[in-house]
Amino acid sequence: MSATIFGLLGAALVGIGLFGMLVRVSGVLRLLSFNVLGGGIFLVFGVVARRGAGAGLAGDPVPQALVLTGIVVAFAATTLAVALLLRLGRDGE
Amino acid sequence: MIADLLLAAAIAAVATGSVLARRAFTAVALFIAYGLLLSLAWVRLAAPDVAMTEAAIGAGLSGVLLLGAVRRLGPHADAPANLPPGLLLTALIGIGCAGVAAALGAAILWLPEPAPTLAPQVAAALPTTGLGNAVTGVLMSFRGLDTLLEAAVVVLAVIAVWSLAPDGGWGSAPGARQPVVGRGPLSLLARMLPPIGIVVAAHILWVGADAPGGKFQAAAILAAMWLLPWLAGLATPPRIAAPWLRMAVVAGPVLFIVVGLAGAAVEGAFLAYPPGWAKPLIKSIEVVLTASIAVALALLVMGPPEPDAPR
Amino acid sequence: MQATGWGALPMLAVMLPVLAMVVALPLGARRAERLTLAMLPAGLALAIGTAVAVQVGGAPVVHLLGHWSPPLGLAFRADGLAAAMLLTAAVVIGAVAIFARADFGTKAGQPERREAFAFWPLLLAVWSAINLAVVANDLFTLYVALELLTFAAMPLVCLDGSRTTMEAALRYLMFALLGSVLYLLGVALIYGACGTLDITLLARMAPDQPAVILAIVLMTVGLLAKTALLPLHLWLPPAHAGAPAAASAVLSALVIKGSFVLLLRLWFGVMAGQPMPGAAQILAGLGAAAILLGSVAALREARLKLLVAYSTVAQIGYLFLMFPLLASVAADSQVAAMAWSGGAVQAVSHAFAKAAMFLAAGIMAARFGHDRIVELGGAGRAMPVTLLTFGLAGLSLMGVPPSGGFAAKWLLLSAAIGAGQWWWALVVLGGGLLTGGYVYRVLASGLRAGEGAPDPAPIAWQRDGVALGLAVISVVLGFLPLAAFGLVQVGRLGVLP
Repeated sequence: MSATIFGLLGAALVGIGLFGMLVRVSGVLRLLSFNVLGGGIFLVFGVVARRGAGAGLAGDPVPQALVLTGIVVAFAATTLAVALLLRLGRDGE
Repeated sequence: MIADLLLAAAIAAVATGSVLARRAFTAVALFIAYGLLLSLAWVRLAAPDVAMTEAAIGAGLSGVLLLGAVRRLGPHADAPANLPPGLLLTALIGIGCAGVAAALGAAILWLPEPAPTLAPQVAAALPTTGLGNAVTGVLMSFRGLDTLLEAAVVVLAVIAVWSLAPDGGWGSAPGARQPVVGRGPLSLLARMLPPIGIVVAAHILWVGADAPGGKFQAAAILAAMWLLPWLAGLATPPRIAAPWLRMAVVAGPVLFIVVGLAGAAVEGAFLAYPPGWAKPLIKSIEVVLTASIAVALALLVMGPPEPDAPR
Repeated sequence: MQATGWGALPMLAVMLPVLAMVVALPLGARRAERLTLAMLPAGLALAIGTAVAVQVGGAPVVHLLGHWSPPLGLAFRADGLAAAMLLTAAVVIGAVAIFARADFGTKAGQPERREAFAFWPLLLAVWSAINLAVVANDLFTLYVALELLTFAAMPLVCLDGSRTTMEAALRYLMFALLGSVLYLLGVALIYGACGTLDITLLARMAPDQPAVILAIVLMTVGLLAKTALLPLHLWLPPAHAGAPAAASAVLSALVIKGSFVLLLRLWFGVMAGQPMPGAAQILAGLGAAAILLGSVAALREARLKLLVAYSTVAQIGYLFLMFPLLASVAADSQVAAMAWSGGAVQAVSHAFAKAAMFLAAGIMAARFGHDRIVELGGAGRAMPVTLLTFGLAGLSLMGVPPSGGFAAKWLLLSAAIGAGQWWWALVVLGGGLLTGGYVYRVLASGLRAGEGAPDPAPIAWQRDGVALGLAVISVVLGFLPLAAFGLVQVGRLGVLP
């Protein structure tokens, strides 16, 4: 049951984040939307993992491991975007 | 069940608030709440490793990074780069995104039963690695290549962020110089927390082989322990030209790749660990990799070197 | 899946550039430059070795990482297409590295400069990422490869540090990140539906669940944004035109091909059992629109580098003409083989021709101090080799025989007629004429006697030489007998035994 609830939540978060990325024009808000969207996708992985529980494991460890990698990569992408935004904001002064 | 529904509703609410917020500062504050609530959802999904990572990186480090960006951008953070789309277009985009979410929700509900899973295969193969934590086994052995490449991505991100340095500052210390905060909670935390945090990080790293935890979580905490005194103006980061700093960033990835190549030479496959050597090799890689990732994450938050930083 | 002999070759072709990229950081600009140059022959040898192993063995070369076989483990699988792309990447990266020494070199005793510090590891990162993108066989590993490509390409766009290029880089980054997350969402759905991410295993499973169909749609949109197929091409012209010439060459020749090869793996690997002819017609329709609109934009463009960038938008279009041809005929038919070869040869010959063109445009822009096409008069006298390079590369893009571009377009045209879809043949012919138009504009302007012509001072011969060499390769590909393109047929997933 938890898996279903959070699966639907993940789908909703993807929609919310996508909307923000396409509609917001400020760079910071677009970047936040990207991260909201990413959180939703990771949650879909988490639901897939939870559904695959078995063999004494509470969840399929493979998608869980993929999320760990994904979070770090998404964070690195965020830092790159922030560095660019700061450069552009600073030059605009 | 009720608790899950409430949690899901709260997450959806803060996400919507963050995306629609009028001011960037509000949006970031809501985003940090989003990250923390998400980590609770991960606990409910029986994924404690992910919950720790989400809280440490998704909420913690990202929060510091984005709050700093909003502060430095000032009014620029709210200023639109171009005109927002008109009402009609916004409505159309909204309908499209709702459609994507609905299709995705339906696809998730229709996922096959019983769910396909690799859990039995992982459980069967895990003893050969000598590890007790299945996620660590996947990260360091079965899908070790992904982890290795991700470590390379982090190094590349440091190079990329530094490449955005403004003219005149090359070689100097990263990030803006932080004002010294003499008193108050930040200063207190910056003085008190690092020793505790370092012990906690070491513990998380050490137990990660068999219990929830591991290098990403430990690295994120270590990075935070460096960032706190930096934010309080108590610690000056080293110049990016410093050889030891650059060595620290790459030591973990280099060790990982060298072990991988040694596996190819000795065992005939990249990242193949000789029998009986898997656990000690994995632990050694993890210790060095944690240090490297911690330094890299902190450098990524600090940003490119600045001309006005002390030379 | 079994490991095969020589699997270490593609593995090293990926891992050595990764190691070099990481080590380049502490080495600093000067030693990183030397390390890159030392890597070039090694990388080329590994690519040639892989191609020979694939061709002689007549089967893909497979390396199982850590001896774990999929679905639990990860595999590298170099098929013919991958081998051809490894070779292309090794040659283009080599040429660009030699070309770039004048711009990003560091003399003994000179302090490290920002651009020089960044350029060499970024070049190595592009190299390792493109190699990884063509040999990795796991959809999540391929996600990491896409991110490596983006993180390396974005800083290359704005290496000069100007505000214009930073804006172009930000726009590119936003497109690329959106593309990545859509792709990643598809990965989650496919794992949820199939329990594996290995392309070969997925192809055997022939999945048809709604989750997989939705995943393929999302991933296709994401990869199209990264490949810059019209209408998702808006980021490309400012990004590719604003970058330094050496970086533009790599971006246009290689970076966009990574996501394209991945699209092929999805459509004709994972979905080999479920052809989607209707959707494939739409992709080719977008490709046709890209050919026409991109070429028209190039015809009207006043700046040389932007003209070359719009030409990339158009040439990407050709890559998508193979989709409906492959989707509408049996995978093991003669027509499918021609369409596949046509697309692969287009990807390879465009890589050489476009890299040559951007390098030539860079030499001209550096000598004139601007790149306004109408004011390039006198270029023919002052820099005949450079103009010849541009012309030869243009011939290949047009598809004039004998050239690599001709071979590609001839194969696509024949496949279109063989599949009974003659309308795509018209697009190929029309696109060739328009390409001729914009190449002619540049040559005509360059051959006029001009007032602002620079002194005929010698250009560093290495720079002219490598650019000319790339252009010659793009032409010579057309002299190969058609049988030579059999390499790219090896290990096509649709025709697994």
